[in-house]
Amino acid sequence: MDQFAVKVFVRLRPSVLDPAGEATKSASIKLGAEGIKSLRIGKMIEVKIEGNGENEVRGKIDLLCDRLFANTVIEDYEYSLEKL
Amino acid sequence: MDNFTVGVVVFPGSNCDRDVSWALEGCLDIRTKYLWHESSDLSDLDAIVLPGGFSYGDYLRCGAIARFSPLINALDEFVKSGKRVLGICNGFQILTESGFLPGALVANKNLNFICDDVELDIVSSKGGWFNNVDEKQTIKLPIAHGEGRYHCDSDTLKRLVDNELIALRYKNNPNGSSFDIAGITNEKGNVLGLMPHPERACDETIGGTDGLFTLKSLILK
Repeated sequence: MDQFAVKVFVRLRPSVLDPAGEATKSASIKLGAEGIKSLRIGKMIEVKIEGNGENEVRGKIDLLCDRLFANTVIEDYEYSLEKL
Repeated sequence: MDNFTVGVVVFPGSNCDRDVSWALEGCLDIRTKYLWHESSDLSDLDAIVLPGGFSYGDYLRCGAIARFSPLINALDEFVKSGKRVLGICNGFQILTESGFLPGALVANKNLNFICDDVELDIVSSKGGWFNNVDEKQTIKLPIAHGEGRYHCDSDTLKRLVDNELIALRYKNNPNGSSFDIAGITNEKGNVLGLMPHPERACDETIGGTDGLFTLKSLILK
């Protein structure tokens, strides 16, 4: 069994308004940060997972992303995978 | 109607289950039974309400974890059999997360948790959930949500409009919902999801009775 560290990034789709991102952008500008064109908030999920090779683990992570971690009506996901 | 029983689902974090049960039993004399989310035997039930609240603490996304409960798994058969399912607020979020209704409910545009009475246009009579046989009517129901902004893509919106699946629209959109949508049904009409709380509008002494008809319609075949 190989063990992998996976980082999943879940982001609101570009077409979905992100009011929390807009509020944070506004606060960033009040803090004096200049040049912010866009600010959107997502989630990062860290998973440690075992499996027989990278392909099998990718299969499991794809399922988790598609069915649980992200709601694909409103969110996109991507992930990076590192063998431990 | 004597033996007609409505199952009121209780998730960890549900907080409108007792209100729903009170409204059905006390105001409408309809028998109810609380259903713990781990039960999957729905055989003695005639209709089901998924009440409002914060199932599983709204972790990950509202309704996302509840979707994997044994009860929601069993709901598929129940819905296919044509029995009626009403999802209120968090119940609506669960119905979209689990794919019984299209779209999703996301954070209100102004980021506030909105607690207010809202005017709603009844748009469709599909499923007979609202008292609008003769003409378009307006009702007033309370809302109480932080994530009630209905979102769907343009193809889904077209399908909702073309098939008359939009049940309720806000008169003054409080949360930024697409097309002012406050509630929708499935194609068959036996599943209704809505953000407003009909169970909180069942007695004049607490501000109105516009929710009675929707709860009463649970007993329709």
